[in-house]
Order: sequence, then structure tokens, then C-alpha cells
Amino acid sequence: MNLKEIVTGKKGDKQFLLGNEAAVRGAIEAGVSVAATYPGTPSSEIGNVLSVLAKDAGIYFEFSTNEKVAMEVAATAAASGLRSFTFMKHVGLNVASDSFMTTAYSGVRGGMVILVADDPSVFSSQNEQDTRHFARLANLPLLEPSNCQELKDMMVYAFDLSEQFELPVIIRTTTRISHMRGIVELGNIKEIDKSSSDTHWKKGIFKKNPSQYVPVPAFALSMHERLWDKIEKINDVSNKSEYNINLNSKNKLGVISSSSAFNYAYDTVNKDGIDLSLLKIGFSYPFPKKQVYEFIKDLEGIFVVEEVDPIMEKEVLAVIGEYGLNIPVYGKIDKTFPMFHEFNQDIVKEGFNKILNYSKENYDENYSQSLKDLINEVPNRAPVLCAGCPHRSMFYAVRKAMDDLRLKNDDVIFASDIGCYTLGINPPYETADYLLSMGSSIGDGGGFSVATNQKVVSFIGDSTFFHSGIAPLVNAVHNKQNFIVTVLDNRITAMTGGQPNPGMPIDGMGDVAPEISIRKIALATGCDFVKVINPMNLEQTIDTYKQAFEHEGVSVIISKYPCTLIKGLVHKPPITIDENKCNLCNKCVNELACPAISLQNNKIVIDSTACDGCGLCMQVCKYGALKR
Amino acid sequence: MSNENYNIYICGVGGQGIIKTSVIIGEAAMNQGLKVTMSEIHGMSQREGSVSTELRIGDYDSSIIPNHTADMLLSFEPIEVVKGLNKAHKDTKIVFNTTPIIPSSLSSSDKSYPSVDKITSTLKENFNNVHAIDGDKLAIDAGNIVSLNMVLLGAIVTDDNFPLSKESVIESMKNNLNPKFHELNIKAIENGFNAVK
Repeated sequence: MNLKEIVTGKKGDKQFLLGNEAAVRGAIEAGVSVAATYPGTPSSEIGNVLSVLAKDAGIYFEFSTNEKVAMEVAATAAASGLRSFTFMKHVGLNVASDSFMTTAYSGVRGGMVILVADDPSVFSSQNEQDTRHFARLANLPLLEPSNCQELKDMMVYAFDLSEQFELPVIIRTTTRISHMRGIVELGNIKEIDKSSSDTHWKKGIFKKNPSQYVPVPAFALSMHERLWDKIEKINDVSNKSEYNINLNSKNKLGVISSSSAFNYAYDTVNKDGIDLSLLKIGFSYPFPKKQVYEFIKDLEGIFVVEEVDPIMEKEVLAVIGEYGLNIPVYGKIDKTFPMFHEFNQDIVKEGFNKILNYSKENYDENYSQSLKDLINEVPNRAPVLCAGCPHRSMFYAVRKAMDDLRLKNDDVIFASDIGCYTLGINPPYETADYLLSMGSSIGDGGGFSVATNQKVVSFIGDSTFFHSGIAPLVNAVHNKQNFIVTVLDNRITAMTGGQPNPGMPIDGMGDVAPEISIRKIALATGCDFVKVINPMNLEQTIDTYKQAFEHEGVSVIISKYPCTLIKGLVHKPPITIDENKCNLCNKCVNELACPAISLQNNKIVIDSTACDGCGLCMQVCKYGALKR
Repeated sequence: MSNENYNIYICGVGGQGIIKTSVIIGEAAMNQGLKVTMSEIHGMSQREGSVSTELRIGDYDSSIIPNHTADMLLSFEPIEVVKGLNKAHKDTKIVFNTTPIIPSSLSSSDKSYPSVDKITSTLKENFNNVHAIDGDKLAIDAGNIVSLNMVLLGAIVTDDNFPLSKESVIESMKNNLNPKFHELNIKAIENGFNAVK
């Protein structure tokens, strides 16, 4: 299917959409005018698709420098009467949280939806945090879709709800919803009057009202009261919501579930013939206590099936307490289900079985010893830096500079960051010793330089530097800290699939945009060691690191070289090996760990289809056996 | 075409076209009026890591195939098939491409890449319906190695229980891929089909 069909598709059409694509269709149907994000898996494809479709759909779209800015762009659009959409991964909401909390106080005029994608089992994140806590922290309504159709439908509903109560609405997905694909029946696209706009998107008008929009103490208290007033009204809505579905089978044991976890519970009941009453919670905050009471009041036991934290389970226990019931609850707290990781049908079944003791048709693996051995023998396939990745050269060079200066491994702390370069954790590089969050490497580096006498090297990407690396760099220079900041400027936001960032001359809608210079930002702090290098010049790179290690104060090394995955990039011809000159020292294999180079049958083999021709291995080979 | 419920676990290495292949099947199922859901993994796993998709045609809400219930296990790479075995049962149709992609992390690991013959014989010893095919060769025969995913797509259609026709899969391929390569892809689908049939 061509992505454009997400805009051109008509009511009643069916499309096989990724959850993230369904969210885009929902935004288009709802008549969104402004959308902003910072890319983060599992929500990234929403931005990728919007960047292609924004103009056709009449939407202003930007890749903001970080999630907080995206939240602010969306909040002000909604305050100006437009429908706005911001979306991020779960940890992105941490970054946005300061402004996010206040949007609940100030509220909105146009509908505003905040989609947050959680990542149970951390497929590509640093933690498993549960966004449902944030709904409670900010006091904002939260919806949890279980499939692509529901995600699309809930998007449209969330905008109506947001406008009705003048509050942003959160949609919480998980990796298995964002990256699920399913059949979506399309709805109507809301007509937007853009006749008075000079842009492809509708413009709004901000009507001044400081008592609503400026939370100075005199106003903030009444804003908080207004928020509670709204939430109490929304409580009535959630208690009648059609997204909370009661599938009562008259069985005295029931299941309460939401999101992806509901699918596993439903399929277990449906396919395995375990007869249980089911309550699906789609509108999960304010928690629909009355609906839950109606569902549980005659039950003799309740399973709560939810991923990550036992949030609904505690809500159900509260309902039991409030209504003076006495029903056992089987969830995470009593260890019926695991407290962490994503669920699946097997895990849910195992939990049910702990209480129900139904005969378990245990699959008898009965594997031969040779198969058991084979399963143990099979090597892992960890993600690696691509052939031609400029980060490899930087990691190699910093290690060589350390060798030349007789710095041992424990003499140097590597503060890493969020990006492909986190893969530096793996041998042979081992250049990731500490990591907290997006942009943390520079603050961490400064902290280590204060707390220890060890040398410190920080690694941060270009997009991550713009995201949250600038403030800590200012801090480091001002506070006279002493460490090396490496900005791995590979001219793209690589790990999330190649989005533009402010260091590039292009914006989120594909238009020409001012290119912000990382070098000039570093110089503007007053830092007296700022060098831009070509990482594929190995000798220069090693030398620059040596100078930086000996420099007192903050050193900034900007490695400027494009990511090999950038579309349209011209690649050099592959490297070949002269077997007569190769003495099988294996340096190229062992020290570079390039996916294009391997040792096969006692020969160095270069995979010419994988080789990017970067030439790093040529510079590492002491025997001149590798050539172009 | 006896069964409308059909679960396929597809695995391999990032960059082999696994997601595209799965989308083609999913759309074909939708166009044939069947219910279908699919799970895919994006992100870090694309950097030459293991990639898998799970396709469930029929009346399912969940996109994850429970252990040992897949009707077909299709692997683009020989060691990846071993990692997918927890989805298979004795009679699962197991098809895998015999061309190894050696993990580059292997040089710093104490493990070695097992022989493909050993993988084949060990699988045949334990499962009743195992097909090892030289997908890379069949793709090159069709005209280009990039058609490897189409070879494996052709292999899927061979299962008697697979609820979609070859024609509807080809139609869906045409909706998803550049017309320039349709002829090549059809040839590759036929090559995969004939190799397993």
C-alpha cells in the first residue's frame, strides 16, 4: 500500500495499517492542524508518516528538538483553538513532563491529544516505566487501545473529549499496539475551513486570559480546583464509556484487562475454552469504578491482567474496599502474574492456571539431545554498528589514543548516550560505562570529572546534542569541568530511522531549513578546544583525542561524517583483500567488529555487498593487505 | 485451503525484507476477506540484529503466536530458524534459507557458527515437515538476490492449509512493490514455490 492512501482513503475503505499509521489516520480524520514530536521507538513511525503526509493532510508538522518543545508547540496550538497532536515514547514524556503538568492546569480550547508509547520488555528503551502513572500525576484522562482499529477510533474520540472538557487527553499504547498491524476501517475526515489561512494548515487565534494561562500562585490554586472539577465530570463519562466492554459470561470468576494484555486474556478465554467473564477497560483514567463495581459485585474472584505496573489492580482493590466487598484479586501483587516484562498468551494462561488448575496441555518438547545442544550452541545476533558507521572509527581511535598515552581501561570513564553509539557497550569497543537518559552524557561527564580524578569521555549524537546536550555543555564550561565531549554528528537522527534534526538543512515537512552549527554553539560557550574532524581519517582522529586528553578543561570533538544508511548517499567501492599480503593477524576482524569482515576457513573475507568502502580497515591493516 | 486460521512466524536478519513480505501476506488476507493481525519489531533490531514478525490469519485478537502453535515457521537464515523453534510443534511446516549470515559479534564470542548440514539434519530428526532451501541461489536464478524474500514468499504458499491462493499473494505483491520488479518477483515466487512443493 502506498502511504498516501492514509490520506486519500475514503470512509468504509479497509487498510492493513501499522498501529502508528492508524494513529496518523485518526489524527487526519479528527482534523488536526498542528503536530509535533521528537522521534522515539515505538512511536517513531507516526512522525515518519506525518512528515510525508503533513502537507496533503493540511497539517503543520515538526520534528521538535525534544519532547518538551513538542509538548509546548502542541499546547499553544490547542490554546489557540486548533486541534493539536503530540506523541512520544514513554521516556519522552519525562522530558516533556514539566510543561505537560501545567497543560492540565491551563487546559485547552482546541482538542489536544498526547499519545505515549510504552515499551514493556524494553525492545528499544532504557526502562519499562508505565505512563498510566502520569495520567494520575497530572490528572488527565487516559485511553488504552487494544488494536489498530481502536487506536484510530480512539484518536478521533479523544479529540472530541478533549474539546468538550477543555483538557488534553492521553492515549497510551504499548510496543505491541504501536507495532501491531491490523485491518482498519476508515471513517470520515473532518472538514477544516482553511480559507483565511495563508499556510497549508489552518491558523487559530489566541485569546488572552492570564487567569487561565499564567499559573502564578494567585491563579494556580483556582486552576487546580478547575482541573478537579473537570475530572469529576469526566469520571461520569468514563463510567459510561463504550470503550469499557463487559463480556460477562455468568462465570463467577472474572478478568479485568486493558491494552495489549487484553488481547492475550481474550484469546486465552476464546481459544482455550477457559470460561471467564471479561471486562475490557479502554477508558482507564479516571478509573471507571462504578462499571467495575457492577462487573465484580457478584464475582468470587477477579484476575487483573495488565502489563508493567499493578495500577488497575490497586484501583480494583480500592473499589472492593470502598464498597465493602470481599473478593480475592489475582494479579501482580499476589504474584499470579509477573511484575515486569510484556505478557503473551502463554504467560496469561500460566497465571490463570495457578488459580484454576485446569488440566494443562503441556507441550512435550521431547527434543533429541542433539537439538538441545544445537539450541544452546546457536550464537546470538546482537545489533551491531553498520559497516561504514563513523562511530566505529571514533571508538577505535579513542582506544588507540589511550594506548599511546598509557591510559588503562579503568583510567577513563565513558559516558554514553541514547543513540546507535550505545552499541559501543559491546566488545571490542567497550565505550559505554554510564548512561541515564537522552542528553545525559555531558552532564554525567561533568559530574564524573568533579567526583573523580579519572579521565572522562562523553559520546553524544547530533540529534541528542540538540535534544538536551546544550544546557549541560554550558554548565560544564561555566563550572570549569575537565572532560572530553564527543559529538558524533552523523548528519541524521539514525537509530529511530533517519529523521532530520536542526543540524540539517531540512525540516520535518521536507522543506529547506536553517542548519544550526554544533561547532558555533560549542564556541559560543567559550570552550577553547573545539575541533571538527573527519572520523575516517584515523591518524588525525587518534591525534585529536590525544590532544584532548592532555587539554585542561572541556574539549569538544565533533566527528562529522554521514550515517551510511542515509538514502541517496554515494558509497565508495568495496575494499578487497590481497591474500598474499595478509598474515592473518586478525586485527581487522577482532578490533573493528565490522559486519563486512569475517574470518572464514582461516581466511579474511570481505563481504563486498555489505562493505561500504569506508576504508577504516585499510588504515588498521599493518601489512597493506586491504585495498580499494 | 481447509483451514481459515493460520499462524506464520517469520524470522531472519534485519534488512532481508521480512516485514515487507509479511505485509504482502497480511494485505492478501485482508483482500480475501479474512481477519488478520500481525506483530513486527522495529528499532535497534534493524542493525543486523534478529528480526521477526508474527502473522495470524483468522479469529485472533492478539498478534503474538502462543508457543508451539505456529502452522508455519519461515526463516530467512539458518540459525534464526533454531531461535524460532519455540513457536513450532512436531508438524509445523518449517522452511528455511540455507545461506548463513555470520553475526559479526561472533569474533568476540566463545560460540561458533554451527554447520548448516547439522542444523538441517537435527531439525529433520525432531520435526516432521522440514524444508531447507537455497533461497539465495533461487533468487539469483530469478534474476537478483534482492528477490530472496519473494522466494520465501513462494514457499509459504505451498502449504495445503495456507488459506491464501498464490494468485492473491502475487496480486498483493504488485500493490506493494515497484512495477519494475514485478516480473523478477513473480519468477522468484515461482522458484520458491517449486523448490518446496
